[in-house]
Amino acid sequence: MERSQPRRQVAAMKQSLFDQGLLDEQFIQLEELSDDANPNFVEEIVTLYYRDSSRLISSIEQALKERHTLDFNKLDTLMHQFKGSSSSIGAKKVKAECTLFREYCRTGNAEGCMKTFQQLKKEYASLRKKLEAYFQLARQAGPMETACRPK
Amino acid sequence: MNLSNGRGSMSTVTSGAAVKSADAVSDQFPAGLRVLVVDDDPTCLMILEKMLRTCLYEVTKCNTAEKALTLLRKNKNGFDIVISDVHMPDMDGFKLLEHIGLEMDLPVIMMSADDGKNVVMKGVTHGACDYLIKPVRIEALKNIWQHVVRKRKNEWRDTEQSGSAEEGDRQQKASDDADYSSSANESNWRNSKKRRDEEEEAEERDDTSTLKKPRVVWSVELHQQFVAAVDQLGIDKAVPKKILELMNVPGLTRENVASHLQKYRLYLRRLSGVSQHQNNMNSSFMNPQDATFGTISSINGIDLQTLAAAGQLPAQSLATLQAAGLGRSAPKGGLPMPIMDQRNLFSFENPRLRFTEGQQQQQHLSNSKPVNLLHGIPTNMEPKQLASLHQSSQPLGNMTVRVNASTQSNPLLMQMAQSQPRGHMLSENTGPHLPRLPSSLGQPSASNGTSNALMGRNGIAGSTRAPGYNPISQSSSMMNFPINQTTEMPISSFPLGSTPGISSITTKGSFQEEVTSGIKRAGGFVPNYDIFSELQKPHDWEVSNPSLTYNAASQHANPLHGNIDVSPSVLVQQSFSSNQQTGQSRDANTMIVKPIFSASESMEQGTLQNQHLNTLVTDNSIRVKTERIPDASSQTNFYPEHYGQEDLMSALLKQQEGIGPAENDFDFDGYSLDNVPV
Repeated sequence: MERSQPRRQVAAMKQSLFDQGLLDEQFIQLEELSDDANPNFVEEIVTLYYRDSSRLISSIEQALKERHTLDFNKLDTLMHQFKGSSSSIGAKKVKAECTLFREYCRTGNAEGCMKTFQQLKKEYASLRKKLEAYFQLARQAGPMETACRPK
Repeated sequence: MNLSNGRGSMSTVTSGAAVKSADAVSDQFPAGLRVLVVDDDPTCLMILEKMLRTCLYEVTKCNTAEKALTLLRKNKNGFDIVISDVHMPDMDGFKLLEHIGLEMDLPVIMMSADDGKNVVMKGVTHGACDYLIKPVRIEALKNIWQHVVRKRKNEWRDTEQSGSAEEGDRQQKASDDADYSSSANESNWRNSKKRRDEEEEAEERDDTSTLKKPRVVWSVELHQQFVAAVDQLGIDKAVPKKILELMNVPGLTRENVASHLQKYRLYLRRLSGVSQHQNNMNSSFMNPQDATFGTISSINGIDLQTLAAAGQLPAQSLATLQAAGLGRSAPKGGLPMPIMDQRNLFSFENPRLRFTEGQQQQQHLSNSKPVNLLHGIPTNMEPKQLASLHQSSQPLGNMTVRVNASTQSNPLLMQMAQSQPRGHMLSENTGPHLPRLPSSLGQPSASNGTSNALMGRNGIAGSTRAPGYNPISQSSSMMNFPINQTTEMPISSFPLGSTPGISSITTKGSFQEEVTSGIKRAGGFVPNYDIFSELQKPHDWEVSNPSLTYNAASQHANPLHGNIDVSPSVLVQQSFSSNQQTGQSRDANTMIVKPIFSASESMEQGTLQNQHLNTLVTDNSIRVKTERIPDASSQTNFYPEHYGQEDLMSALLKQQEGIGPAENDFDFDGYSLDNVPV
């Protein structure tokens, strides 16, 4: 069928995202929340996430500019918020970087913080692109009956 | 009784809504559960909202704690459960948790990405009913209704134990909580039944049926009642049971009060780091109310009841008055009464709440409390002072302080308040009047001020009983009052009914009679107070005031039949007590308690006086129903000069609204301030 191909593609793409460790179970939870009222619920949420978290990212970036007089408490607080947000959309790798960052904050490792943050930003941006592609394909494929869990 | 009716109606108003909502919920429970979600993260907020909607809950979201509190306050009964994030920019989640617990007593679930043991423990200690780790899964949310049910069940059970009749059971059952073991309910019910008289039970039943609400919404008024009760009892002795009785809110369970008390303590602790909280907590939580009651009752068995009744009355009347005068119509600021109210409120509340049921309890409560309340209530209590005191010293600890300071005004109030409760008790017998009070009291917010004032009096009376007795006599009105309140003063001894003056009052209204009698008794009651003991010979008083035509002559016996009339008696008593103290029958009184004395004196002189008293009382107490007396001046018969109280009261009342003639019947109302003492 015409529709099966795109659907299979979408499913494959999703599977790939999971396999790469970019997404976790939470993403599936979100997909399961989609219904007639919100057919593109997950996309809406992810969009909201990127919009809101960008300001957190800039705040952290700003705080990291202090270079050698980092306020670790503040950084930790900001990162805690960011981590909460990221985990709620199922951004697995991003969340892992957050945890690492907070650990460096706890030990007062400025270098570790900065390096981790760079990595975090990369993951964050990469995920965004991939999800955008995913959503686009999903919209083309049409609504799926149910969210399918990746193996 | 009217009282019960009044109460019932009052409670109906509040409980009705609750019941309705409860009913609505129970139909499709847990669907339709009204959830408030608070989180500053918009992503999480949106996800939670969607998840909760999927669970068929009714969701409201807000992104700041302040907004959440505003929403909750605006819509007291509008939510069943709150889910809040721990870390929020404007307010710590745990603080919000405390607020909600204190003010609204809703189950609160905390959430956080932080799963550290310390944070989770904090949730537990602050009273969160659950703690969810983010990211939250929908499965976790599906079961949050259990917390609502659990809380309601506990509250309900509490109510039962405190005497809510089987109605509560039935209602409870009606609500979907099928789990509520009917057997449990029944047993609770039975227990409560044992505890209370049939009478009370009957009333309770009515109340409970209306109340059955699963969750108690601690409105400002209710909370004030609660605070007043706690104040009256003394933070150290504020046991949920007693508080419950003092508050006398139909449908309110001991558990409601207990949990609220716990929160309140936390709150107080937070405010001032007062140790009393802890004491209170300990005492309140631990003391088996029954036990307490038992002891108290033993003290004055009857008296307590009378006191309770009286106490109830005043509180109610206060509330009513306040409502009438202060709150509703008049600006609170003007009235000194309102100020006093904090405590006064409570004292009033108590009587009000449980006139019938809690009478006994109240007695206990009052017994234990009065002391605190009235330490050395000075004589002139200026209502304002009192009020200010109350207001400022919200915390329980302050109450005592306030009392003293305010004693001037408070004593009167307290006395009135006290007498009121007594009046209640008496009036109960007399019947009709009492009920009115409750209804009047029903206007808690407004009346808070007044009631507080009244209460204050009562409280003062109570507390001052012991130590302040002497001074009390000076304050006269005040002192007597405490007697009334404090269990010490055996209500029985406080022959409200017997007081001749009272009877005269009653002529005005049944209430009045009682008041007077109550007042007299007040004097008699207080064993602690020397004065009281003197007063105890109310006979003298009575004798001296043969003219007091109490209708209640017979009423002497009923110290406080919950008559509002009690207030007049209070007045009278006050005067009497003072008389007794000094041994001079009237003179002394007059000196001390102006209003009272004059009242008593007048009483003696004739019923008119009593009436005045009543009016005084009524006036002060509430515009509410005082049948006749809106203002001292209006009364003509009163001896304005004499009645310092009256002046006070009238002033208060007037301020409130220009006190109009209390012509209301509220028997209770009359008490409000004037009755205070004794």
